[in-house]
Amino acid sequence: MTRALPLALLLLAALATPPPLGAAPVNEETVHEIGAQLRCVVCQSLSVADSPSETANQMRGIIRERLAAGDSPEQVKAYFVEKYGLWILLAPPRQGFSLLVWVVPFVGLAVGLVLVLLLVRRWSRHPAGASAAAAPDDAMRARIRREMAEGER
Amino acid sequence: MSARSRVLRWAIPLAVVPVLVLLAYGFRTDPRAIPSPLVGKPAAPFTLTAFDGKPISLESLRGRVVVVNFWASWCVPACYDEAPSLERAWQAYRDRSVVLVGINIQDKEEPARRFLDRFGHTFPNAPDPAGRVSVDYGVYGVPETFFIDRTGRVRFKHVGAVTDEILKQQLDKLLAEPA
Repeated sequence: MTRALPLALLLLAALATPPPLGAAPVNEETVHEIGAQLRCVVCQSLSVADSPSETANQMRGIIRERLAAGDSPEQVKAYFVEKYGLWILLAPPRQGFSLLVWVVPFVGLAVGLVLVLLLVRRWSRHPAGASAAAAPDDAMRARIRREMAEGER
Repeated sequence: MSARSRVLRWAIPLAVVPVLVLLAYGFRTDPRAIPSPLVGKPAAPFTLTAFDGKPISLESLRGRVVVVNFWASWCVPACYDEAPSLERAWQAYRDRSVVLVGINIQDKEEPARRFLDRFGHTFPNAPDPAGRVSVDYGVYGVPETFFIDRTGRVRFKHVGAVTDEILKQQLDKLLAEPA
């Protein structure tokens, strides 16, 4: 007990001291994750996480700051959307008008598949009617034979 | 056969219509233009320390028409083109409860000071070292100019070099409104 007390005090002291400066309690992976979903405003088609620009660097700083202040990742994204509009999100949200972007390709694919199925069915119902009609008759066969013989000469 | 070909004769040209509509829309919109969701909303408050060491805060300017101009010394030529117009507007309107505030973003102090000296800017200018104010204003490039009315609302955003005409037009409009 006498030996455990100083140890416990030491532990308490360690817990009470704030973490050293620079070691922010913010998870860098979360910063990266949010940055990857935001458009770097000075770049062409680059995310805040991927851009080496000073602006993106500052935006990462703001993400970090807001997370440290207790914002959730959703709230951080909402802040950027409030300032820049939905444009800032690299992936359009799955609601409202932007939902079309997510739905139309799959609808198109489904319609295309149905069309192909219908066409294939129609074609297989009339098996090669046209080519059967073109089968050579006796006169044609005779002519072919004659012309081939001429060609060999 | 004739019924089918009649349908096809119409269907093929008709299929071009949506493509044309899409192209017409696509070629008329500027892919670089970003609509600002901030117009009509209260301007984000800021407190910065000007290059001359004095504090500038938007709160303290409530009741006046405020022009906030975001610039950088490396922004050639737009920031250099508009600089004389900004100073001219400041000189013309400073006695009519109009304040111009320059915010220097994504820049270094020394070239920024050289820029201010070169144009002899006398209106308050402050750096935004962490970029917080520029994100609060949804700035994506320089120069961008915001016009804030007396009640503290963003009323107009101009992207690119601002001109004497734009400054005069916007300031006169906002000054004509009751305080």
